[in-house]
Amino acid sequence: MNWEAVVFWAMATLVLVPAFAIVFSRNIVHMAFWLLGTLMGVSGLYLLLGADFLGMTQIFVYIGGINVLLLFGIMLTRSEPVYVRRLAKRPKLAPGLIIGAFTAFTLVSALLGAGWRNVPGEPTETAGILGAFLLSEYILPFEIISVLLLVVLIGAAYIARRGSREGAE
Amino acid sequence: MTYTIVNHVLDYFELEQGGLWSLIGAIAVWAAPITGFVAIVGLVSIWLERKISAHIQCRLGPMEVGPHGLLQTLADGIKLLGKEDLVPKNADRALFALAPMMVFAATFVSFACIPFSEKAIIADLDIGIFFIAAVGSLEAIGVVMAGWSSNNKWSLFGAVRAATQVVSYEIPLSLALLAGVLCAGSMSLVDISQAQGGWIWSWFIFRNPFMWIMFLIYFIASLAECQRAPFDLPEAESELVSGFHTEYSGMRFAIFFLAEYGKMYVVSAVGVVLFFGGWLSGIPAIDGIGGITGNLIGAGVMITKSFLLVCVQMWIRWTLPRIRLDQVMDLCLKYLLPISLVCLMLIAVWQGLMPTFDEFGIAMIAAMALGFMQMRRIYRKAIEASKTRLSLPTMKV
Amino acid sequence: MQTQAYLVVATLIFLIGAMGFLIRRNILVLFMSIELMLNGAAMLFVTFSRQLRQMDGHVFVFFIIALAAAEAAVGLSILIAIFRLKHRVNVDELTELKG
Repeated sequence: MNWEAVVFWAMATLVLVPAFAIVFSRNIVHMAFWLLGTLMGVSGLYLLLGADFLGMTQIFVYIGGINVLLLFGIMLTRSEPVYVRRLAKRPKLAPGLIIGAFTAFTLVSALLGAGWRNVPGEPTETAGILGAFLLSEYILPFEIISVLLLVVLIGAAYIARRGSREGAE
Repeated sequence: MTYTIVNHVLDYFELEQGGLWSLIGAIAVWAAPITGFVAIVGLVSIWLERKISAHIQCRLGPMEVGPHGLLQTLADGIKLLGKEDLVPKNADRALFALAPMMVFAATFVSFACIPFSEKAIIADLDIGIFFIAAVGSLEAIGVVMAGWSSNNKWSLFGAVRAATQVVSYEIPLSLALLAGVLCAGSMSLVDISQAQGGWIWSWFIFRNPFMWIMFLIYFIASLAECQRAPFDLPEAESELVSGFHTEYSGMRFAIFFLAEYGKMYVVSAVGVVLFFGGWLSGIPAIDGIGGITGNLIGAGVMITKSFLLVCVQMWIRWTLPRIRLDQVMDLCLKYLLPISLVCLMLIAVWQGLMPTFDEFGIAMIAAMALGFMQMRRIYRKAIEASKTRLSLPTMKV
Repeated sequence: MQTQAYLVVATLIFLIGAMGFLIRRNILVLFMSIELMLNGAAMLFVTFSRQLRQMDGHVFVFFIIALAAAEAAVGLSILIAIFRLKHRVNVDELTELKG
């Protein structure tokens, strides 16, 4: 077996098994830790695809930031034991599963039948090219994103803080 | 030389046609030296910590096992290995076992990108410094995992404090890393070191008037990242027993301990590479020696410099009192973050407008020496003043 | 590895996320499902970026990650505000705006 295939299947398992576990797990804290597995696996797949900067960004932002934030959210909004009600009301479950399975079947069979030409490109340096792109062709979205992040920073602090004041009074 | 992670693996072991076994072999070949080095760093740092704390508190420290107590840590390690592996009854077993591994892996992996000399580096990644920053952030989640799975109030409080602190201080830390990247024009740690070749004044800390501020910010933030005093709230003994690893004992505790000291070494080594010339000794004649000798000297210089920074971290730990959580957050968000943003902008402007010249570095060293002397004088005066105040018969407020 | 293998994995992550979004009712779980969907979409971008030998896909993924961070920050602060007000985080029980 080719080393790339081995790593790919390992990463695919690391992505998909936790993803299922998130949807069907009972314990909400476990879900957050399962999400960690999925995010790591996706990062590994990015590395395998030659996108090393993105893989590291994934770890930095998703795992170091969003996942920790989610755990905070879980711990701050915990009034009862950590177990959540397992699934939604019954009627929605069966259609959801059926539609999901059907869509998965259709999409996967379409993707597999499409006959992609495989062009294994040499992995190149990505960080520099990405930086050049961000500061030339995509300068406007880049600026908008930075303004957005600033707005989010202020807005999130404001919303959470106002809540705490009302709660205190 | 630019490498991405994938073609680094390919080149290093000619894995193009290789199968599963060559991959496992590659992992083993990489992991073995790092494991050894992390263990040695742990042993030496713990011994140093004990000795430094003892000397700061005017006592001897461990003296019995080995010359000057050198083998004390080894004896402790053997003791910890022999201890029973306890898991609390209501703990979440799987996560409880996984947490020390996560925390250790976060530290362990960073060692792959740290250059000991020009050639003695396991992976000279194109995005080396970003890799270290990203992998370091995995630690936060490992700590939360440990705290939550222990099913213990103190552990959970410690974990939440640790995560808050690590996530907040990551921002000034990354901005300080960016300053070095800006000066070198590369994220590879080898390139950053080589950009500081020449005499001692070509090191980045003397490159422009803002780099030393960035270094201070980096150092403070790295103390917080390592959860060292004065930022050791996550394991504040007087409040939280011992924070997130309250329930851990035996070898699992030892792994947390090793990870902490490994992390201290990693942040110090990155600081040395970014601000103090990495493996370069600052004397062109010595740095010019190539071959195995040159690399060995480089490794010696690098490890010495890193351990000097580790010693400063310990010195600070045993000198300063712990600060409160709100003070920790204020320091990060109200002081370090704005200062580092302004400094980063000024460094970018300086880098764009000013050419690099040696005389400026010399002037910077002179200015820093003068400033240091002045500070010392003010400090002396303050001590004198406090002495006279203390000797008064009645305290005046 | 073949391109379609990556595409299949990306599609499956997206669908699992979408399914989770439909069948779970806790806001935090919905967040996680959204993250899964975003990850699936981002992986498609990276895969096609390699397939077409263009870096534009990477730029989009960069933006997706930034947006995900923004979404998580605002979403969680709203969640905490809601929790302070109503003490529950189940979307079926938050029906104030229904009239």
